[in-house]
Amino acid sequence: MTLLVGKQTRAIVQGITGNQGSFHTRLMREYGTQIVAGVTPGKGGASAQGVAVYDTVAAALERIDANASIIFVPAPFAKEAGMEAIDAGLNPVVIITEMIPARDSMVLMAYAKEHGATIVGPNTPGVITPGEAKLGIMPGDVFSPGGVGVASRSGTLTYEIASYLTRAGIGQSTCLGIGGDPITGLNFVDVLKMFRDDKSTDAVVLIGEIGGSAEEDAADFIEDTKYAKPVAAYVAGRAAPPGKRMGHAGAIITGTEGTADAKMKRFREVGVRVAEVPSELPRLLQQQKAATIQQ
Amino acid sequence: MKLFEYESKSLAQNLGINTPRGGLASTPDEARDIHKRIGGEVVVKAQVLVAGRGKAGGIKFGSKPDETRDRASEILSMTIKGERVKKVLVEQKLAIKKELFGSIVLDRVNKCQTVLASDQGGIDIEEVASKNPEKILRHRLDPVFGMRGFDARQVALKLGYGGQRLNALTDLLSNLYRLSVIYDAELVESNPLVETSDGKFVAADLRVIVDDNSLFRHPEFQERSKEASAEVTPLEAKARENGLAFVELDGDIGIMGNGAGLVMATLDMVNHYGGKPANFCDVGGGADAEHVATALQIIQGDQKVHKIFINILAGITRCDEVAKGIVEVKKVVGLKKPLVVRMQGTNFDEGKKILDSAGITTLEKMDEAARLVTSPKVA
Repeated sequence: MTLLVGKQTRAIVQGITGNQGSFHTRLMREYGTQIVAGVTPGKGGASAQGVAVYDTVAAALERIDANASIIFVPAPFAKEAGMEAIDAGLNPVVIITEMIPARDSMVLMAYAKEHGATIVGPNTPGVITPGEAKLGIMPGDVFSPGGVGVASRSGTLTYEIASYLTRAGIGQSTCLGIGGDPITGLNFVDVLKMFRDDKSTDAVVLIGEIGGSAEEDAADFIEDTKYAKPVAAYVAGRAAPPGKRMGHAGAIITGTEGTADAKMKRFREVGVRVAEVPSELPRLLQQQKAATIQQ
Repeated sequence: MKLFEYESKSLAQNLGINTPRGGLASTPDEARDIHKRIGGEVVVKAQVLVAGRGKAGGIKFGSKPDETRDRASEILSMTIKGERVKKVLVEQKLAIKKELFGSIVLDRVNKCQTVLASDQGGIDIEEVASKNPEKILRHRLDPVFGMRGFDARQVALKLGYGGQRLNALTDLLSNLYRLSVIYDAELVESNPLVETSDGKFVAADLRVIVDDNSLFRHPEFQERSKEASAEVTPLEAKARENGLAFVELDGDIGIMGNGAGLVMATLDMVNHYGGKPANFCDVGGGADAEHVATALQIIQGDQKVHKIFINILAGITRCDEVAKGIVEVKKVVGLKKPLVVRMQGTNFDEGKKILDSAGITTLEKMDEAARLVTSPKVA
């Protein structure tokens, strides 16, 4: 079994004719992902990157079989694009779009929950199962197949850390961005559950950042469930001042809440190894593995 | 986007929310005239976006119009936490029976809006939250159906009200919720929310923060969102006009990178090796040469910057475009500060070649580059 995406994934690209949609359709196909159709309202009958374009998801499904969606449509239309994918039974739905109003995300996540659909994002680089397939905008070549599951709130930082792991000979089972927005579909706890039940994952890396409580919640979960797989983490934003949004809508320290130091402390309390700088992560994972084998 | 108290209250009044009678003044004389008009005793409040104006002396009382003029004059000459006071709100002093706290916040964890309320209003609510967390009532709202009448009634009842007062508070809470929906607010907060001795509920203070990502569907805030606010430094305003995510800091190493997480990690790493970042600057994904050049010029134009660290992990972004941007700046205005460039990823070889031929060294590892830029070798 592969998590979220793999060889079995047959994806529709919503917003396929836009710059990003079209460019990344090409890269996803080159990586080996099956992209079976595209959707852009008003462009039905066209073709983009050799993929047939339909006006609606439903129209595409009359002609082809699909089981996943990746969304590139502009923020004002993203909520409905997500609902359209959910209505059609596509699962997972990966939302690359950033700057979606929080209220729209809130309603969309409630809709997804009601229909049992998994949303990755919004404002995510997507999901990759190295060596199999990717639904996302990440550069494929920094990843390598292996046993470490990676979940992150950031895009480029994930690529940075994946490249350290790859260079150190540590491959990855699945890497995904939960998204840089205040409200996202999957959170760290959901992902920890998935990695726990995934046979191809033997250790987990969490890449957090300032703002919110996703890291603290993950730490609570690790403690409460006596999480069986080793977890290492990095938290970005120690140098960030309070009250300022650091690029991501969700990356903001409010009052005394959401600081990197508090998150790192909480992780350490529950036995997660925390890297001071991202390049330490491979070493921490190797130490942890050695410690586990000794036990 | 944070709204001023007077802006928040003007939105609230249109929805039938009680606020104290009063007016906005930019001069001491205007403040005096407002007092004359409304009579009684008044409170003069600094209109600033930063929190904590009360403790900083930004709220004063006036029993006569001349006194109000003097108090207004004092407040109008104040700078509170770096924000200059330009306007004051002059309002009638309420006959307070009880001070409550009521807010509707975006709840990230539960993916909904949540009502936070307390009968311990009027003071710093974070203090209440840390000392007496049981004094804060939390009531989650359905993400689709929002606040229904019974939600508001449950909150009013738990705050200890019955009869007419329960209905009055229910109405006020419902209207605060309506405000959050109509204006896509991530926060609506009234502290204190005052119960007056004649049984009314009045939003004595009101703070609204509008979700920046929803501004595209709020033409009413279009002009306002362009105004330079005290929370944005002139340098930040200039950078943001140019499409950069930019936060000014107080160190001396200018930072540019692609992706919020990577740039945050870059600041952390510079700190870790003993340096002090002068800014956070994210050029975003897929930045072209021109965008990079603009960012570099803004950073090197900052007086306090002594050296610059460019950290690019290219995915959608291409190293050759970044290199072209840097070389462009070198040609046109010159590189005015020592520069350390780290690049990796898409079109690295092409990018390195461009920088090599311009005499600029490129490093491939982030750690190495961070160590170099923080060492005395680069000065």
